[in-house]
Amino acid sequence: MTGRIDGISGPTVNVKMPGLRLYDRVYVGHAMLTGEVVRLAKQGAVIQVYENTAGLAMGEPVRGAGLPLAVRLGPGLLSGIFDGLQRPLQRLKEEIGPFITGGQEISALDYTRKFHFFPQKNKGEEVKQGDILGYFAEGAFKHHLVSRWNGTLAWLVSGACRLDSPIGRFEDGTEIPGSLEWPVRVPRPYRRKLTVSDPLLTGQRCVDFLFPMARGGTVILPGGFGTGKTILEQSIAKFADVDIVVYVGCGERGNEMAELIDEFGGLNDPWTGRKLMERTIFVANTSNMPVAAREASIYTAVSMAEYYRDMGLNVLLLADSLSRWAEALREISSSLEEMPGEEGYPTYLASRLSSFFERAGTVETLSGATGSLSMILSVSPPGGDFTEPVTQACMRATGGFLMLDTTLAHRRHFPAINWLQSYSLYEKSAMAYFNGSLSPAWEEAIRRCRDILSREMSLTAVAEIVGHDGLQDADRLLMRTAETIRQEFLCQNAYTEDAFSPPEKTLAAIAAILQGHDSAAEKITKGGTLDEIVP
Amino acid sequence: MRLSEHIYKTIAAIRGVLLFVENVRGAVMGEMTRVISPDGRVMEGEVLKIEGGDVLIQVFGETRGLDLENTSVVFTDSVKKAPLARDILGRIFNGSFLPVDSLPMFVPRKWARISGFPINPTARARPEEFIETGFSVIDGLNTLVKGQKLPIFSCAGLPSKELTTAILKNAGLAGGGKDFVIVFAALGLTHNEYSYYLQALGEMRTDFTAFVNMADEPVMERLLAPRFALTAAEYLAFELGMDVLVVITDMTNYCDALREVSTAREELPGRRGYPGFMYSDLSSIYERAGRIKGMSGSITMIPVITIPEDDITHPIPDLTGYITEGQIVMSRDLHQKGIFPPVDVLPSLSRLMQRGIGAGHTRGDHRQIANQLYKYYAKGRELRRLEAIVGRDGMTEADKRLLDFAEAFEREFVAQGAKRKNINETLDTGIELIKRFCGGGP
Ligand SMILES: Nc1ncnc2c1ncn2[C@@H]1O[C@H](COP(=O)(O)OP(=O)(O)OP(=O)(O)O)[C@@H](O)[C@H]1O
Ligand SMILES: [Mg+2]
Repeated sequence: MTGRIDGISGPTVNVKMPGLRLYDRVYVGHAMLTGEVVRLAKQGAVIQVYENTAGLAMGEPVRGAGLPLAVRLGPGLLSGIFDGLQRPLQRLKEEIGPFITGGQEISALDYTRKFHFFPQKNKGEEVKQGDILGYFAEGAFKHHLVSRWNGTLAWLVSGACRLDSPIGRFEDGTEIPGSLEWPVRVPRPYRRKLTVSDPLLTGQRCVDFLFPMARGGTVILPGGFGTGKTILEQSIAKFADVDIVVYVGCGERGNEMAELIDEFGGLNDPWTGRKLMERTIFVANTSNMPVAAREASIYTAVSMAEYYRDMGLNVLLLADSLSRWAEALREISSSLEEMPGEEGYPTYLASRLSSFFERAGTVETLSGATGSLSMILSVSPPGGDFTEPVTQACMRATGGFLMLDTTLAHRRHFPAINWLQSYSLYEKSAMAYFNGSLSPAWEEAIRRCRDILSREMSLTAVAEIVGHDGLQDADRLLMRTAETIRQEFLCQNAYTEDAFSPPEKTLAAIAAILQGHDSAAEKITKGGTLDEIVP
Repeated sequence: MRLSEHIYKTIAAIRGVLLFVENVRGAVMGEMTRVISPDGRVMEGEVLKIEGGDVLIQVFGETRGLDLENTSVVFTDSVKKAPLARDILGRIFNGSFLPVDSLPMFVPRKWARISGFPINPTARARPEEFIETGFSVIDGLNTLVKGQKLPIFSCAGLPSKELTTAILKNAGLAGGGKDFVIVFAALGLTHNEYSYYLQALGEMRTDFTAFVNMADEPVMERLLAPRFALTAAEYLAFELGMDVLVVITDMTNYCDALREVSTAREELPGRRGYPGFMYSDLSSIYERAGRIKGMSGSITMIPVITIPEDDITHPIPDLTGYITEGQIVMSRDLHQKGIFPPVDVLPSLSRLMQRGIGAGHTRGDHRQIANQLYKYYAKGRELRRLEAIVGRDGMTEADKRLLDFAEAFEREFVAQGAKRKNINETLDTGIELIKRFCGGGP
């Protein structure tokens, strides 16, 4: 199936070509740039090209792949670094050098690498769709191979194998490959969704304690530039209590990605002690890489995340930043000359976002296991104004809102999470969990911490008028405690040992502050003055 | 594909800098064209959009005098490229890469696409080597490192020109590395500014290449000049192994040119009329800074921005801040106090500083000094607000000391006039201040 280029505008190409289907993948021009059919009409198809269109000429060939834009799923994705189209960036570098010139197609999976397969079904056994046939050893993980068919097994490999030939066969002749292709825009199937309940520990005190995240939940981190979105995403990527992390650098800085990748190489997972890289997949489509591939990057990432979820694992998808994805959508929409909605974003922005968030959740997998996919996504509102369309559309569809505050960031209060305006809908279930598994003191500590912080705010207003010395000792004590909570508990320097705080440490820290407060308060009621009690 | 140049005289319409040409065969996206006016003037143009045989061309130059009948368009089959050679050093060019220093054009050794190619993120090396600007407030508290992009945010009426030229003259590798060069791009200059910068270039002690675009020169050249500058920088850095500092002033003029061109193309305007793709466009410039593993050169970038209406949420500083690795913010208050450079350290930040300072980079005590100076100054500044309400007499001794510290910090650490300070002098000034007001010291 081939046609010829009939028009080019920004990242889109027109082609007259019969037989194309919507969202089919195509190869454009002599350079074989990857594209996707985004619109079909009698006059021709419109193709969104995932690479720079400069240099494409009229009349160059367009070839249909007959398949939708897809990712390859199989063993060997972990510790990989891919671009928005799932091209392995390290292998790309080895082949063409440090600059990405476009038009290269390299598979995400290494088909020549040897894996070890441990079958769990035998020859002659009846197998149903969703059954686990066996697993590959992928680092520390049992990488399940789930059957996509019903049938009787004729043969299944045991031991060393490669992905370039089948690893088994059914009696009816159907071959069993070790990997598969999955269309990125289609959610992977599961049996049913379960309610989200267990907390997802992040190691960040302010998050775990005040605004907890849940396994299968979705949280956004909106904040102006320099408010610490990236550092928070990165810290969570390092310390989150999950099996697999998929980190998407979506339209952000190259240096940041380099730094993260470099750093991950030398770190261990604080929960298991294993190499952090072994549980991580990076998708890096930096701001100067093609815009259309940026749009695809979050789908590439979420498809890989779902794939591991389907093995009954807890997966966390981190994306920095969703706003850059939305801007890519806007750029493409505008080159398609679609009717713009608010601030030029296409009118389907909100529905695209909410169907993306819907891919998060805790599920019963086709094999009957429980797996979860959680999302923590940064949002970069223009001018730090949270009323803009992307932040608003995200807020309506997600369960947590960690508002990063420019004023706090300028005071170098990091993470700059505004404790008065942020919220988490997972608070109740998390509270129940911590009260049970850690200590009943957890809930009471939260209540008191909130109380002190909100009273501090009213007292600050008073102090602005009467001066600090005009306040009563009990109130001055409260302000001191609030300051301690802010500076020593809520602040967490990402560059020190303190960057990771497990819940026991979090509770101990807040308990110590509250206790100090109580004993000082008691002395004051007994007639002591603040200056005597706390030097 | 065509094998040679094609000439067309089939212009269907001209609108501003846009030319609509009909019945073109095999046009290439981004292709360079030559537009020849009836009186023989030759301008360049670039293919923006193709629909069947209809081609939309954006002309880099003055379209006045073009007509439909006698203007011809030559399609060259090639995207915009820049001529490159070591001989660009010491030279001054305009926004079309033509010499304006009355020396002959150099002989190009190679040609490279001016839009460049993105650096593979896995090929990037982390920025971590200190670049000395000679200004304490930058070197000490907002340290610039090789491969970083760190903009200067100025406001109308603030001495950004003076700061920029001082950096041009003073910047270098600590210890004076020899392969350090500067690529300077000046966009939308008035004639006054031009002579000012020209004089500064004459006084430079490092090798440089300059691209100068005047306010009355074509808007399109304002969009091209930074790309020429960066293509030149990439050549010097990644082919000749030099450490290149790229200084671009003023990106506000660049963004206004972008808005103008985008409006002419009837593209949908975004915030405040700036195009919706401005983030991607600016990153295609700023992201060209960096280091590459296994290569000795580097590109470090200082873009200068004049914040329109003193509003930091304006799309130009906002999108810039979203792409760069920190910002150096100039303040009207400090300027009014007569402090030069009037850099406010509170909103300023170098995000890549952490790895570029300390033993082996600057000095072992750097981090500690920087943290303390920042902390005491932030406190002092907060106390100034209180002082305004309750008066100095109502404050404790400790608070008064911090107030005095803040004052002295501005006058003795931030302010340094035109004098260059090396990192040791900077840090020693810091230590002395801390000792004087806050006891002990590091
Ligand atoms: N937890 C933290 N501990 C210490 N410093 C921090 C922390 N979080 C942020 N910072 C400081 O703030 C700077 C900016 O943080 P970060 O890069 O995460 O911002 P951002 O919100 O991602 O900005 P942008 O939108 O421009 O990408 C960092 O370089 C660092 O100096
Ligand atoms: Mg960021």
